[in-house]
Amino acid sequence: MFKSISVRRSQGSQYIPDPRQAQPAGFRGKPLIGEAACAAGCGRCQEVCPSRAITLSPVQIDLGRCVLCGDCELACPSGKIGFDNDFKLAATEREGLLISAARPHIDPVKVSAELHKRFGRSLKLRSVSAGGCNACEMEINALGNVNFDIGRYGIDIVASPRHADGLVLSGPISRNMTAALQICWDAMPAPKLVIAVGACAISGGVFADSEGVDRRFLETVKPTLYVPGCPAHPLSFISGILDLLGISS
Amino acid sequence: MATGQSLVLCDLRQEAPLALSVFIGQCAERLHAGERLLALFGRSEEGGGIRATAVFHSPEIPARLTVLRGQAKAGEHYPSLTVEHPAAQSLEREFWEQTGLHPDGHPWLKPIRFEGARQQQMGEYPFFRVRGQEVHEVGVGPIHASVIEPGHFRFMCLGEKVHHLEIQLGYQHRGVEALLLGRSPWSLTPLVESICGDSSIAYAWGHCAAIEALADMPGGLETDLLRGVALEMERIAIHIATLNGLATDIAFLQGGGTYGRLRTAIINATQRLCGNRFGRGWLRPGRSRGLAAAQREELLKTLRDFAQDFAGINELMLASHSVRARFQGTGTVSETAAREIGLVGLVARASGIAIDARSQLPGRLYDRHPLPMLTESGGDCWARMSLRMREVEASLNWLCALLGDATLDLSTRHAQHAQPSTTPPALRPHSLCVSLVEGTRGPVIQALETSAEGQLLHYKVQDPSMPNWFGLALAVRENEISDFPICNKSFDLSYCGNDL
Ligand code: SF4
Repeated sequence: MFKSISVRRSQGSQYIPDPRQAQPAGFRGKPLIGEAACAAGCGRCQEVCPSRAITLSPVQIDLGRCVLCGDCELACPSGKIGFDNDFKLAATEREGLLISAARPHIDPVKVSAELHKRFGRSLKLRSVSAGGCNACEMEINALGNVNFDIGRYGIDIVASPRHADGLVLSGPISRNMTAALQICWDAMPAPKLVIAVGACAISGGVFADSEGVDRRFLETVKPTLYVPGCPAHPLSFISGILDLLGISS
Repeated sequence: MATGQSLVLCDLRQEAPLALSVFIGQCAERLHAGERLLALFGRSEEGGGIRATAVFHSPEIPARLTVLRGQAKAGEHYPSLTVEHPAAQSLEREFWEQTGLHPDGHPWLKPIRFEGARQQQMGEYPFFRVRGQEVHEVGVGPIHASVIEPGHFRFMCLGEKVHHLEIQLGYQHRGVEALLLGRSPWSLTPLVESICGDSSIAYAWGHCAAIEALADMPGGLETDLLRGVALEMERIAIHIATLNGLATDIAFLQGGGTYGRLRTAIINATQRLCGNRFGRGWLRPGRSRGLAAAQREELLKTLRDFAQDFAGINELMLASHSVRARFQGTGTVSETAAREIGLVGLVARASGIAIDARSQLPGRLYDRHPLPMLTESGGDCWARMSLRMREVEASLNWLCALLGDATLDLSTRHAQHAQPSTTPPALRPHSLCVSLVEGTRGPVIQALETSAEGQLLHYKVQDPSMPNWFGLALAVRENEISDFPICNKSFDLSYCGNDL
């Protein structure tokens, strides 16, 4: 009994009061592409990039592909690429995830009045890992812990697709999971939406070129929200979904 | 053959490969002599043959990794090693699935992960059938109730009792090994970090060590120290995630709440050091991010604060009657069974088997800075839970001792032994390098073979989960089906690590 109280005391109050205002120390988040000129003929960043996220002249990073590994920053001889700890990386349009010197910010998430009306007070999500490496899955789990506590906004992960309004997709969609993913989606009652979490779900990430991956599911279903990262940081997820549903924090 | 205990580098021109029958015969002899078969794999050669490799842990003093090489024609048969050494069962199944070489007499020859031509034939798994009037089957998955990777479990039950569980994996197969041959070996680490994303450090370390050995540019002790620090941080984070899951699964809510926030403290500390909560980007071949003096101080403080609160919640959990009632005697794997089926890593140690590469293949890092060999004798969920607590404590002590030792330099100055922007050095031709790192679940093995031109020819990956899944199937026998979730959590094996 006393032990239990002392553990409770040491626990204190752990929730992040306003996730939108959090400052994740050290987080390698949004890429910063400077105005510095590239050395003639240099393509080092593109060579080292594990997920073909970079296109040259001008240098542009696709956050839908980028795994935020930071290798391009180290490879670049001109100091053109850097990162800051901005975790607001989510977007409602795939093209909104492109970053360059001329376009340094991700398109802000568009608030949907319709979604706000329908799900603004309660959104139930079903997670499906389709080839995910368990990092995004652990971060999705962390959404519900005492720090991020996404439940306070009426957003919950539920056990059955029958109870779900949205499917949280992680992983590049392995061929061996395509059938199960489709069955799960079909079992969800409309209206329903897909949230693509992590570089793998958005673009295939580092697995995009594999024969073991089959992404045709996303040809028929367009995600309502894209949450970049490798794995996606819980703060990126929360700020993105709150913005989408127009929930104040 | 050069060896750094947990790494072996072979010049493949020195010994001709053995014919398949001789190769298998020698494998059998070594198994009889008490050596442990760690990996068995092959690759197709031009002209249709198969080149086979077996990796052993040879216990002579000092212990080391050794390699046997064989050669076979496509489709050849050989007498299965599993018949006398059940520990080889999963290795032989994978060998068969990847090369087509057929182990005659294998009692359980089923696909490990449905790769290659078998992809998307998940519905055709040859399940074992238990017949009888009162037998019923329960199938769960691939998608499970919580946020977890996919896999299918089929229980054959008599009433509430599980008579047999069959585990079908492969849903996560992403074709990792083929992808690893598609890029420059110097820019593979981000992919390697995503093979099994909760063990990024263990994988990245083994990968970096192998590439560095093949390029003749081994790092110094300082590099090992940094990587050792990263690895124990990862171990603490994952063990706590498991403890959190165990507490939540039995509705011990205070455990869930407290372990959850304690884990946040650890992975946020990892993020402060390398930019990512899972350690992505920390380790690269030829370099590792070092710890500046201020970072080192901050980490030490985080760990000390953590240690105190961790001890408190452990004490509470271990003293709770409801926790004991659920975990003690549940999901037991006896030491004999664990040995026979070749369990590795934490779950083997929880059944009383003293195996841990950090102690048995220590190399220069753990020679100087040893970690204790910890075991439990119970083999049940309780043993696996308590061992996780003790391993976290050992890692904390080890980390605090290292970080507090002012004579050890962990700054970037030493950690950078190659410039990233220079043209990467070539790899040795005709070589095979096998590295082993004792990750959170057990030995992560990576084997890299180069061609005559020094290109990567084969990249074999083996997660400790592959041999251990069978242990879970044994553990639930004669248990209530309702205890499956805690058995599964107490093993906490990787699906993607198995499926690759
Ligand atoms: S940080 Fe992103 S863009 Fe840069 S190399 Fe890594 S994956 Fe590519």
